Amino acid sequence: MRKVDFVIIGGGPAGLSAAHKAAEAGLSSVVIERDDKVGGQLVKQTHMFFGSKKQYAKTRGIDIANILIGHCKAHDDLIEIMTNTTVTGLYDDYILTLLTDDVYHKIEAKAILVASGASEKFMLFENNDLPGIYGAGAVQTLMNVYGVLPGEEVVMVGSGNIGLIVSYQLLQAGVRVKMVIEAASQIGGYKVHASKIKRLGVDILTNHTVKRAIGDDTLQKVEIVEVDDQWNMIEGTEKIIECDALCISVGLSPLSTILGMLPVKMKYVGKLGGNVPVIDYHHETTMNNIFVAGDVCGVEEASSAIVEGSIAGLFIANRLGYKHPEYEKEMNDLTQQLENLRSGPFGVKTVEGLRELRGENDV
Amino acid sequence: MFEKTGVPSEKLVKSRFPNERYLNSFKAITECYEEIPCNPCETSCPFDAIEVGIDINTPPRVDFDLCTGCGICVYSCPGLAIINVMLEDDDAIFRIPYEFLPIPEVGMKVKGVNRFGEDICDGEILKVKEGKLQDKTIVLTLKIPKEYLYDFVTIRRLT
Ligand SMILES: Cc1cc2nc3c(=O)[nH]c(=O)nc-3n(C[C@H](O)[C@H](O)[C@H](O)COP(=O)(O)OP(=O)(O)OC[C@H]3O[C@@H](n4cnc5c(N)ncnc54)[C@H](O)[C@@H]3O)c2cc1C
Ligand code: SF4
Ligand code: SF4
Repeated sequence: MRKVDFVIIGGGPAGLSAAHKAAEAGLSSVVIERDDKVGGQLVKQTHMFFGSKKQYAKTRGIDIANILIGHCKAHDDLIEIMTNTTVTGLYDDYILTLLTDDVYHKIEAKAILVASGASEKFMLFENNDLPGIYGAGAVQTLMNVYGVLPGEEVVMVGSGNIGLIVSYQLLQAGVRVKMVIEAASQIGGYKVHASKIKRLGVDILTNHTVKRAIGDDTLQKVEIVEVDDQWNMIEGTEKIIECDALCISVGLSPLSTILGMLPVKMKYVGKLGGNVPVIDYHHETTMNNIFVAGDVCGVEEASSAIVEGSIAGLFIANRLGYKHPEYEKEMNDLTQQLENLRSGPFGVKTVEGLRELRGENDV
Repeated sequence: MFEKTGVPSEKLVKSRFPNERYLNSFKAITECYEEIPCNPCETSCPFDAIEVGIDINTPPRVDFDLCTGCGICVYSCPGLAIINVMLEDDDAIFRIPYEFLPIPEVGMKVKGVNRFGEDICDGEILKVKEGKLQDKTIVLTLKIPKEYLYDFVTIRRLT
């Protein structure tokens, strides 16, 4: 069996950043990615990103992916990227089972970083399996990776940043976005994104949800309904909207299932998006040398995934005997960046969630 | 209402405009009212005219004495929330970010749109700037009647 120092599960911004920082310190790694290319969520993002310069703000997501890939390529003597490979098993003797093109193989590592990202939440309503009903991620993959339109007239469900951004991208692709509906009483995402689609003629209807989808073989209409502030449907407010695509964007939850195979302590923290591993400040789980970074330990942004991955990469390299020449300086700077990113009203959820995760609320 | 519709109030919009006597040359108007972790406007302005500050969540503030109206912030803002404006005779001349195809051409007549997405006036394209720096966010310069100074925000897309 192949034995290596450091295995990274997932080639998104968190995983790539970890590999890069570890390599800077001299530690080699193997990045395992189930897709045919690395970059994670970033490869679907055609818009300019938020954040600060250090996390490549104002660069388009797809270009950030290429920058991070470039950093890894510059260390190709130390970083091996294994695409089309899914991690199917993770065992407490630090052995992973992998599936590449229908072939199973095994690899053993001294340290493992799980950076598997997040998966989309779905919604329950009548006929929610009709063709024409998509998750926002699928719409982005179709449209931005393969150049295929999901439909001609779309209703978007969810006004978080993803719902707002994907609506804008649909407009750019020439699709008519009939409306964005949102069950909460306020828009969830950044107002700059909301204003941007509103001035293009897309209304955002707060206090509204989907009641059912209508269509014989494919989606033809949706029935929407008003909800009160406790999200109870208000009878008599139903409306029928014609559309051939419904795009669901109601949030993400950490893709932490693979961690379930290990004796690491998990905790359900709603503010972080779902079931997440209990971690310390260096992103180590309760099991020695098993680390996590990015959306898998709390759904956030690419900016924070990059910083978290870098912190984990530096720390793991140090643990395995490879100290980065500027370890203290880098670590302080990264910790500061993370604090800074989370210091505003949109970061409150994460900060509170992390506190809950670490049990710092139990007085 | 802003929280429900995405349309800022007139008061909020006007709070980001300078006194009209500043508008004999282009000035940057930042339509970014919320605390979000973002600062490319600050870091891309070569004249240090936009300040976000140490706390990256602070909304940007423009120093109109320092702003030269160079237009760099217009394509640098990931929220497409910055426009430039100046007044000339009876016209208001705007620079706006634009990310749709087809790209308008100089001389083209277009419809001016307000923050609700409604057509409000006629306009004419004066300049189209696209290039490596703009990185696919095209900057359109256009003129509209001066009376729509605080209402105009973008143009109706060409089809
Ligand atoms: C529409 C949209 C807009 C966004 N806009 C912004 C923005 O403006 N600014 C910003 O900062 N962030 C933005 N984000 C968020 C950002 O993309 C994510 O937070 C970020 O990508 C998370 O990084 P990650 O590395 O944790 O996970 P991901 O990017 O999800 O990467 C995880 C990778 O792991 C792989 N993987 C998972 N399980 C396995 C397995 N078992 N075996 C092998 N590989 C596996 C996946 O295929 C994937 O490539 C946006 C997201 C979306 C969807
Ligand atoms: S127009 Fe130029 S000088 Fe004025 S704020 Fe924008 S970037 Fe700075
Ligand atoms: S770059 Fe744009 S969205 Fe970001 S803070 Fe500045 S004005 Fe706001």
